[in-house]
This record gives sequence, structure tokens and C-alpha cells, in this order.
Amino acid sequence: MFEYFYKYGSPRHFYDLSKMFVPWLGGICLILLIAGLTGGLVLAPPDYQQGEGFRIIYVHVPSAWMSLFIYMVMATAGATGLIWKVKVADALARASAPLGASFTFLALVTGSLWGKPMWGTWWVWDARLTSELILLFLYLGYMALQTAIDDRRTAARAGAILALVGVVNIPIIHYSVEWWHTLHQGPTITKLDAPSIHISMLVPLLIMALAFMFYYAAVVLLRARYEILENERNSAWVCELIEQRRG
Amino acid sequence: MNPRRRKLMLSVTFIVLGMGVATALALKAFQQNLLYFYSPVQVAAGEAPTTRPFRIGGLVVAGSVKRDVESLAVRFVLTDTLREITVDYEGILPDLFREGQGIVANGRLRPDGTFEASEVLAKHDENYMPPEVADALTAAGVQLPYRAKNTAP
Repeated sequence: MFEYFYKYGSPRHFYDLSKMFVPWLGGICLILLIAGLTGGLVLAPPDYQQGEGFRIIYVHVPSAWMSLFIYMVMATAGATGLIWKVKVADALARASAPLGASFTFLALVTGSLWGKPMWGTWWVWDARLTSELILLFLYLGYMALQTAIDDRRTAARAGAILALVGVVNIPIIHYSVEWWHTLHQGPTITKLDAPSIHISMLVPLLIMALAFMFYYAAVVLLRARYEILENERNSAWVCELIEQRRG
Repeated sequence: MNPRRRKLMLSVTFIVLGMGVATALALKAFQQNLLYFYSPVQVAAGEAPTTRPFRIGGLVVAGSVKRDVESLAVRFVLTDTLREITVDYEGILPDLFREGQGIVANGRLRPDGTFEASEVLAKHDENYMPPEVADALTAAGVQLPYRAKNTAP
């Protein structure tokens, strides 16, 4: 089993294999995005309290979910790279950081735009908003560390340790609305109870979440491919590839 | 698994668990400071500061909102269903402010036990539904949280 894992986990195989996946993932993402946006912005009814304004949920909530999910991917990939020295895992972690930072930023900005009309304020320092802002700083710190360290192996190790230290923030973000009094409301969907959102509004939200997931999968593979080329620039197969391109 | 990997794996577990325990203890110590707002019960129990401003959160009691005809001054009663506190505020209220709605007010406690707010924020809940469903639920006698007639003029 490990042989299989090492064979397909090798940078070269990953590079060849991922090329096939990217267009498919991207295509599915596009279809889901069109379906989700139509469902969310056109078909879903307005909310009984917030009217049409609640529709920002279709960007805000999937972005916030992705910001947490990508961090977990980054930390897991970092740990895998640290323990088993899997080069592909290091490349995936490094490729994930800017995407995670973007989704975190998007969640914060859309939340702020949503907060002004509904709550009456752009920003408050409650536990949910503050912990999400810390997540953005963790991503930015990770990215800064990657650019600050020239040796890519060392950078990957340092980044993995930072990512693992920051993992503690993930449950804090998720449970902040339950552990403390916050201005941000409690979970609508990610709880043991039935979701507190009408099915006609829930379906487009889940489609959007799936679309964001496919977007991440497509772009992270694409980015990881470039990371691998850069990491392996002195290896025989990359030189061969360059030779082929030059003709 | 070779000893080197086992050692690395232990270090990773140690980092994650260690950070978890350290953060849990730190958060436990700062529990009070992490509360974004106090509830009327906590204020009644004297847990809220009396010398500096703080935030108070609760539901606006239905029928308690009294607006001044000539100014933006408004007085309403806030409850957490156990205790009540009277809040005075002068200014523009958020759109979601209505009777039965959860709100958070920032201000200070007056010596007479009423609360003088300098800012009022609406706290909406996690329920989303089309207006027709909300109407049907109300018609069926289901008490919806924060579902009350808009009192805005």
C-alpha cells in the first residue's frame, strides 16, 4: 500500500495526473456556480426578516466554510510533509495558503457589508469576528514565512509548524458563537439539530458551498503544479520537460 | 514505522495538544473579558461594571418601546426572560430593531438601575425562511423567535 502511495505521491506522477483533473474540476465548478447563483439570487425567496439582503449568505457562508476547511487541509498537508517527507504535501500546503487567505478575506468583507444594514455596524470585536480575523493573520503569516525563507524545504517545515500551532483557532472560530455571547448569531446548518433555514434557501447554499469546494480543488492543483516545477527545477524529469517544450 | 517518524509524529501531536491546552486555559482565565455583552441577569447579580461602559444584550419586550414625539429619544425594556432592564437611547436604530428582537446596547448603568445606551445594534438569529412560511407558522400558533410587528413609524 505504501509503495502505491509513494509512487503516486511522487512529484512527477502528481504533476502528470493533476493535469487531467484540473479542467474537469474547473468545469464542474462553473456549472455549480451558475446553478447556485441562479438558485440563490433568483429562485430563492426573500427572508421574512431581512428581505433581499440575506442573499449575501450565498457568498459569505461558503467563503467562511472554505476559510476553515482550507486551513485544515494546509495543516494536515503540513503535518504529512513534516512526518513522512511527502514533497507533494508540502506543495499542496504552500499552494493552499493564498487561497485560504482570499476566502477568509472574502468572508470578512461580505460579513462586514452584511453587518452594516442588519446589525447597524461594519465591525465589532466579538469572539467570532475576532477569531476569524486572527485566521487571516495566520494565513498571511504563513505566506510571509514562505517568502522570507529561501530554502524551500526549510520554509515548508517552518510553515507546517506555524500551521499546526494555529490549528487551535479552528474550533475556537466554529464554537465561538456557542461558548460566548457574540453579536454574530449561532450556527444555522453545521449543528446536530435540523438546519434552521428553509429548504428553498438551503439547497442553493449547499450548491454554492460545493462550487467553492471545486474551485479550491481546481486552483490548488494548478498552483501545486507550479510549486512542484519550482521545487524540482533541478531534477531530470523537469529538465526533460523543458527540453521538450523548447523542441 | 521508523523511530524518526514516530518522534516527529509525537512532536506534531504535542504541538497541537499543547496549544489546545494552553489556549483553553488562557480562554478560561479571560472568560469574562470574552463576553461581548452581559445579560440582564448578570447585571442584576452585579457582575457588570458600574464605573465604565459595557454592553448589554437581550430581547426587546413587546409593547415596551416608547418613542419621544419630538426627538430621536426612545425608551424600551430589555429582557433575557428572567430579568428586565430599562434602556434609554437617543439616535437612529438599526432596521432590524423591533419589539421581540434581540439587540445589543452599549452604554453605562445609571445609579437608578436603568441603562443609558450610546449605541444600539440588532442581533439577528440563525433562522431563515420565506415570509409565507413565517406567516403560515404564525397562523398555526408557532411562536417564532423575534417575530413581532415592526414598530417603526
